[in-house]
Amino acid sequence: MQTHTLVIVLLIFSSLAYYLGKKRAFKVAQGKIRNLHSLPSYYGLYAAMWCSLPALLILFLWKSFESTIITNLVVADLPAEIRAQGADRLNLIVNDIKNLVQGNITSGQIDTTLSAAAEHYANLQASGDAALTVLLLSLAVGASAMVLMRIKAHQRARNAVENILQGLLVICSSIAILTTIGILLSVLFESIRFFQTVPVSEFLFGLEWSPQTAIRADQVGSSGAFGAVPLFAGTLLISFIAMVVAVPIGLMSAIYLSEYAGPKVRATAKPLLEILAGIPTVVYGFFAALIVAPFIRNMGVSLGLDVASESALAAGLVMGIMIIPFVSSLSDDVINAVPQALRDGAYGLGATQSETIRKVIFPAALPGIVGGILLAVSRAIGETMIVVMAAGLSANLTANPLQAVTTVTVQIVTLLTGDQEFDSPKTLAAFALGLILFVVTLILNVIALTVVRKYREQYE
Amino acid sequence: MEQTEDIKFTNAKKASIDDPVEVKHRATVSREDRSTVGEIRVDSPRMSCTDVNVYYSGQRAIKDINLDIGNNEIIAMIGPSGCGKTTFLRCLNRMNDTIKGCEVTGSIMMDDYEINSREIDVVPLRAQVGMVFQKPNPFPKSIWENIAFGPRIHGLAQDKTELEEIVVTSLQKAGLWDEVKDRLDQPGTGLSGGQQQRLCIARTIAVNPEVILMDEPCSALDPIATAVVEDLMDQLRENFSIAIVTHSMQQAARVSQRTAYFHLGDLIEVGITEEVFTKPKHQLTEDYITGRFG
Repeated sequence: MQTHTLVIVLLIFSSLAYYLGKKRAFKVAQGKIRNLHSLPSYYGLYAAMWCSLPALLILFLWKSFESTIITNLVVADLPAEIRAQGADRLNLIVNDIKNLVQGNITSGQIDTTLSAAAEHYANLQASGDAALTVLLLSLAVGASAMVLMRIKAHQRARNAVENILQGLLVICSSIAILTTIGILLSVLFESIRFFQTVPVSEFLFGLEWSPQTAIRADQVGSSGAFGAVPLFAGTLLISFIAMVVAVPIGLMSAIYLSEYAGPKVRATAKPLLEILAGIPTVVYGFFAALIVAPFIRNMGVSLGLDVASESALAAGLVMGIMIIPFVSSLSDDVINAVPQALRDGAYGLGATQSETIRKVIFPAALPGIVGGILLAVSRAIGETMIVVMAAGLSANLTANPLQAVTTVTVQIVTLLTGDQEFDSPKTLAAFALGLILFVVTLILNVIALTVVRKYREQYE
Repeated sequence: MEQTEDIKFTNAKKASIDDPVEVKHRATVSREDRSTVGEIRVDSPRMSCTDVNVYYSGQRAIKDINLDIGNNEIIAMIGPSGCGKTTFLRCLNRMNDTIKGCEVTGSIMMDDYEINSREIDVVPLRAQVGMVFQKPNPFPKSIWENIAFGPRIHGLAQDKTELEEIVVTSLQKAGLWDEVKDRLDQPGTGLSGGQQQRLCIARTIAVNPEVILMDEPCSALDPIATAVVEDLMDQLRENFSIAIVTHSMQQAARVSQRTAYFHLGDLIEVGITEEVFTKPKHQLTEDYITGRFG
């Protein structure tokens, strides 16, 4: 049976089990729900879960390992001289066999050994499928029959169902965690491969970034330089410009919105401000590249300054605008969390509104505001689209905001979208950059969240 | 140790007032009559209120209150929850201004100034009429900074030595100096509840007010801390006028010279504390203090 038919049949079986379980619970209770430990539907659910979950689990496991198992069996049956070939060659043959089974185009000509192996493969697959179908259906029927037979009035069906549901919730949350770990590990392993060709010290402290390497051995090309310092300097420069824009504007708008604005102004201005956060970053990107960057260059030219057409300033300014809603909405929350009692205390002593804000509310909210700003910084460091479009690609090590710089994220994009072979240092460098970026933002987030949490405890 | 004995002594001394009130005298004014009975005016008042009304978004919360607050007296405001005693208290230093949709009408005179007028600047007024709140609300700053806050914003100290003097004397007056003198740089929020409330009182004293408003200052404190604060109020009476809102009739009886009883926005009865508690003139007052409701 096909997998999806099998799943549908299992679902039909389990709804049947649900219905039967419910009915049987009624019967056991002699028609009085009060005689049961749990509501009848829990008995039904319990039967349905036993019907479907073990079968689905086995199905999932079989499908994950089916290909490996069958391939190993087929390879073991191949003639010795074919098996004696290297692993690469053997891989190609196995691919050919699989293509033959699926009716795809194969490479090279097909000899009798291969077609025999393909037949063998198809047979194994078919018998595996048949065995699986029988196993799953009998398991589903057997397990649900067991549960249905054993339904008793005092059986704690609700507790059992809730335990199973809790287990499902645990599985769902661990999927998120495991995915994170998986991504981290894959980045880590590729980075380790990169660091086998380029020393860690050169990567972390080298002052030159020029990842262009020869594609083939016979090609003439630069050997490549992988010093990441210019990238991090560029990232920090642009993030710094962004924060210089976003922190004062965001903070002051938060103070205005939370302390001065009337309810009507607040009700309109706050959503409008938060729309800024809803604009796709690619839109900010071409806004920066097509409007802000030329404007800055023209300004610079009229002042007699030498401004690159793609400047750190343009990217930083636009990124700052993008981050304003972050800073303002986080600070607004923090300022609102300052208890009214503190405001009353200050007003009761004769403090004016601005004195109250400057000397009482702002210091009290400061840890939370710092946490919000750190979250915004990690957002700025990880931002990609704006800098790809507006900051340029040249890895200049400079503190001059009027020059073009490049950032870590921009380089990751360009490294991975090139036509380089995968295991060249050029491509692998992207993973190393990603790893460092991940570590930096992780540290920032941990600090920010710790600060915010510490602040929250203060008033409780 | 010495302090605990002191408290016992205080409680013992006033035990006669603490006992459940036995009213032999019968009130003469019926429950339906809502005009104020008793002595609303005093000689040379510190503050004098005439026909004060407060509206919250059009809803009348207190109605035509007439009341004087005398010099060097503690006047207690009692009454069931929601009767308007806190609302009235907050009129006296214009704290109701901070509540949106709140409107105060009528006249509140202080030193021949009408304080309930738009022309009055609330900043010096609030320095003159300080306030202590129900829940201790020290600023999340050091003990020193908590006290120095008021004098700084009002420019009361010429230099650092003067500021230091204000801080020290305020803490001494609030009876907190001996407990905190070694840790003035530590956060005020780290003190115990009773110490925090005395810190807030010291903070209020530091701007040298003439009147101190206290809104249920002991409701968040344990009995021992309450006794300390009550003793403190008794000492402060020498220099300040104090208006205190309290839910505890025993506290009103212990600390105040005059008592005002509020009921659903009306000022029902005002008089010498002892008379209000032993010979109430109004039936509603009698109902409240004998525990028939409230």
